[in-house]
Amino acid sequence: MTGPARSRTRLKRWRKDYFGSPGAALMTLFSVAALGAILWFLIDWGLIRATFGTDGTQKTCAAAGGACWSVIAVRWRVILFGIYPFDEQWRAALACGVVALVILLSCIPRLWSFRRLALIWTLGTAVFYALMRGGVLGLVPVNEQQWGGLPLTLFVFVATGVIGMPLAIGLALLRRSDYPLIARVSGWIIDTIRSLPLLSILFTCAIVLPFMLPGFLIGEKLYRVVFGAALFFAAYQAEIIRGGFQGIPLGQEEAAKALGLSYWQRMGRIVLPQAFRLALPATINQFVIAFMETSLIVVVGFMELLAAGNTAFKTGDWKFAYAEVYVFIALIYFTFVFGLSRYGAYLEARMNAGHARD
Amino acid sequence: MAGSSFRRRKSVRGIVLQGGFLALIAAVVIGATLTARDTLAKQGLTSGFGFLRKATGWEMNFSLLPTTTSDPYWWYLLMGLLNTLFMGVIGLTGASVLGLVVGLMRSGRNPAARLLATLYIELFRNLPLILQLFFWYAMANALPAPRQSLEIGRALVNARGIYLPGLAIGPGTVALAILAVAVGACVAIWVLAARRFRRMEPQRQRRLSLAALGAGLALAAVAVLAGHEPGTAWTSWPALAGLKVDGGFRVQPEVYALAIAIMTYGAAYVGEIVRGGFKAVGRGQMEAAAALGLSPWQIFSRVRMPLAFRAMLPILINQYVWLIKATTLGIAVGFSDFFMVIASSINHSGQTFEFIAILMGGFLLINFTLAAVLNRLNRAIALKGHQTTGVQ
Repeated sequence: MTGPARSRTRLKRWRKDYFGSPGAALMTLFSVAALGAILWFLIDWGLIRATFGTDGTQKTCAAAGGACWSVIAVRWRVILFGIYPFDEQWRAALACGVVALVILLSCIPRLWSFRRLALIWTLGTAVFYALMRGGVLGLVPVNEQQWGGLPLTLFVFVATGVIGMPLAIGLALLRRSDYPLIARVSGWIIDTIRSLPLLSILFTCAIVLPFMLPGFLIGEKLYRVVFGAALFFAAYQAEIIRGGFQGIPLGQEEAAKALGLSYWQRMGRIVLPQAFRLALPATINQFVIAFMETSLIVVVGFMELLAAGNTAFKTGDWKFAYAEVYVFIALIYFTFVFGLSRYGAYLEARMNAGHARD
Repeated sequence: MAGSSFRRRKSVRGIVLQGGFLALIAAVVIGATLTARDTLAKQGLTSGFGFLRKATGWEMNFSLLPTTTSDPYWWYLLMGLLNTLFMGVIGLTGASVLGLVVGLMRSGRNPAARLLATLYIELFRNLPLILQLFFWYAMANALPAPRQSLEIGRALVNARGIYLPGLAIGPGTVALAILAVAVGACVAIWVLAARRFRRMEPQRQRRLSLAALGAGLALAAVAVLAGHEPGTAWTSWPALAGLKVDGGFRVQPEVYALAIAIMTYGAAYVGEIVRGGFKAVGRGQMEAAAALGLSPWQIFSRVRMPLAFRAMLPILINQYVWLIKATTLGIAVGFSDFFMVIASSINHSGQTFEFIAILMGGFLLINFTLAAVLNRLNRAIALKGHQTTGVQ
């Protein structure tokens, strides 16, 4: 087909897609109008009529008629770090950088072995904890109750993963055990946790658990809540791993048995690596959900990113500027979550492409 | 000989392992119970469910039927459960309708509509639900004060809530009427779906189902007529009276903020599920329908939609269960759902364990009922021996 002919057919297809029938034309008009209105509102409100810099007040912002980004310029340290001591906030920023590095490193396929990933995550958590908690290397100790903002969100996320993943593997292996009693009971445990709302589990861990634990085990509220989040994560992740198990042909394990491999060798070298490969997209999705769900700890009284944002506009003269603060926080969450879910989609496409070639 | 001793060793190992596993779990449970009893005894609290009959002494922010501070705990718990179900029904319905629209736009051929739907899904799916809830709630609270209420038609909108024109009848009557309609609708669906009525002629089956629905509506009408106080006006219009609004039907900010958040967030997920369902319908099905001379609308309503629905349902079930659990977020803005009632009861009465047990029981009940009903529906509509794409 020659150039003009091809462009003519393309034009024809375009016309059919956009204006093929009255319904399609109406749909096009509506969608274009909605898109245009949203885009224009964002540019007009967020940029053209917005007030930048630290000197905006309710009066000047209202006169300009756009967004009042001054609230971010004035309050960004409260939003990002909560009530962490002001002079020590460089440590919190550094700790966030460490977590970002850990997450970036675990996205590199070359580092995907149990030992390397475990090393990266435990090392990252240890460095993060040392920076935040202090008390070593001449750093001033900072109590967990003063943690807040983005570092707290990231800490809950990372700790959920570090504790939840081994728990999930354990639960998944228990559920597929050959011993009926073990399989049945762990199945009940998983199903019960999955049918409860995460909020009720966090609440139980924060408020009820202290009654049930002997004094030396109670510990800081933060760690109990993190444990609850990890347990919830593990119950869901265990089912994802179980889905991975189901995709492995039976012959694989039988062949491993015939070769005389022990149970742990079979699991560690044959079954689990294949199960994780099959369950990879769902696992990344679960991590995305876990990240979004860290924001639930607001309800049991932690000052993570969302709660810190709330205090940033609820105190002082910024009560009118709630939208600007929420847009700022939403951008942080969106960058992370969207990036991770795109990465998951890319991995899935890559895996499927590999299968198609086989 | 060697084989039998090997087998015996294996069975001994099995007993030891399973016994050890059970003993470990029993030890944790018993240890926790004993510690809890000790702690409670030290604080002078008694256990047992006798407190359920005691008056609560605190107020519920929102309830469908009237509550007062002298009502017992069991009534509050019941009202909390009802609120959760109420929010769940609103949220699921709204999310399904909006999600269907978004999903259809996203799987259609119109590129502009597809872009709009994609933007919607990516935005709402990639932000935490609680952040969206806080945003809607802050927006609701930033509305003008009652004196500067916005007037939309004859409804008033201000920071204290949305005041809609309403019927002048009591909440008990409304509950009765809704119950009657709901029971009628359930019977109607049952007649249409249950295997028991398969042998009936389709026309009679349809008529019977309509009759059930009609009976429900009639009962609701009777309830409304009986509940209305003679001599008073039938409708109540919201009007400004000094610093507040009188009359009308008030929807509180907590209620509609939570409803909007769950609907818009759920719709993004439902939209993706709908798209997946349409993708699962084989091309050949539509081509065959077109070859038979069906009109585009017939192809959509008789072939594409039913097949896509069958592919969606199993995933939708999980999503619905998830959305019901998400209503617990109401506690963050002060909507008195089941979880919030439990949390405040624990604060006020100190009967921690009993309430946690009730909480777990309540959610297990809701989830299992919903999952059981939807799974039954899934089995009832499944094509025997077929997958959705028509490949055997």
